[in-house]
Amino acid sequence: METIVDLRDVVAVLGQFPALAGASLTVLRGEIVLLQGPNGAGKTSLLRVCAGLLPVVRGHAVVLGHDLTVDRSGVRAKVGLLGHTNGLYPELSVRDNVQFWGTTVGASSGEIDAALDRLGLSLRLADVQVGRLSAGQKRRTALACLVARRAVLWLLDEPHAGLDAEGRDELDAVLRQAAASGATVLVASHELERAGALAHRTVQVIAGQVHEVEQ
Amino acid sequence: MNTWNVAKLVAAKDLRIEARSRVITNQVLPFAAIAMVMFAFALDNENDALLVQVAPGLIWLATLFSLLILVQRSFAIETADGAIDALRVAGIDPGGIFLGKAAALAAQLVALETILIGAAVLLYHTEIRLGGVVLLVTTVLAATCGLAFVGTLYGGLAAGIKGRETLLPLLLLPVVAPVLIGATRALEAAFGTGKAVLADGWPWLGLLITFAAAFGVVGVLAFGPLLDE
Repeated sequence: METIVDLRDVVAVLGQFPALAGASLTVLRGEIVLLQGPNGAGKTSLLRVCAGLLPVVRGHAVVLGHDLTVDRSGVRAKVGLLGHTNGLYPELSVRDNVQFWGTTVGASSGEIDAALDRLGLSLRLADVQVGRLSAGQKRRTALACLVARRAVLWLLDEPHAGLDAEGRDELDAVLRQAAASGATVLVASHELERAGALAHRTVQVIAGQVHEVEQ
Repeated sequence: MNTWNVAKLVAAKDLRIEARSRVITNQVLPFAAIAMVMFAFALDNENDALLVQVAPGLIWLATLFSLLILVQRSFAIETADGAIDALRVAGIDPGGIFLGKAAALAAQLVALETILIGAAVLLYHTEIRLGGVVLLVTTVLAATCGLAFVGTLYGGLAAGIKGRETLLPLLLLPVVAPVLIGATRALEAAFGTGKAVLADGWPWLGLLITFAAAFGVVGVLAFGPLLDE
């Protein structure tokens, strides 16, 4: 199985603060891995390192074949990051948002429609301004953008936040489907029961280090 | 996507957001119009001679103040819901993002400047000479490009900084001083203000073009590292 994320003794800093202090993690293609741990432990930093947003100060960091210690920009077009914010434009409609992010990777209008369909946004919500949506509907729109961007590595930070029960089930189904079709998913979540049931394995992030959790 | 396609995509997105939010029509244009009226109150004298003489400078001052609002707005839409992070991760050419945002800003500035020049004709009794139209149009275009490039560059610089609302004017206004001076002198020549003749304006236009070209190149090269920071 192809290795998608290969981090060994990675050190990353946020200003003066050590965000990752020797973190090691290996993730294979098609895996869904849950990152759990207390606030400030380094889960978000780990996702941002994998997205090529946070520089690696020391260690071995190869994601999707790109050595992040040499070039962080190459990996970016292949990852989809859903952080605490949705990365949407509230003035634009759901379709406009998905189309904008899809177009950045050359997605066709058919792929845009398919992404909207997959997240249940194609009927009455597609032409609604994002600013008028509920928190859960915005989250689904953000996920549709990831689908349209054909992300190979999904990096999700608290993806269930703001979703109702139906939305959570839909999200889980989308993530399972993404993994089944070859995408790799890293999920940072405090919702251990739900995210744990979704994930193939769980790792614990504590004080900037990653520890495997016995299943 | 190549640089130009990214620029077109980002410019179209920014202009579509502007068309939906109508910030320029509901906030920036009224602000600029009020500034022009206030200038008229402050500098009014019996025969309007002073207003006619200073009209070119007032047009560009009103443009610069409005530029600050437009630049803040241009980057507020990127930071409000974390879209700026998504732009970083999108892996698209940052030079194209820079050109696209600058093009959208320039389109809004041209609309604003056209209305401000019209306001100067109405409020200050400025006269536009037929012979000065070419200089007027080229000055507006060159100054607009310079302002849009600098505004986008410094807007990107300030986007990730706390207190950016107050920091941006401090960073931006000193840098655009050459545009204020050059565009004012060129407009004076185009309008025939005071003793200015048409030929006086062309060297200033050269300064504006050089300024725009320099900041255009710097912006394309520096915007990627700026976004990363």
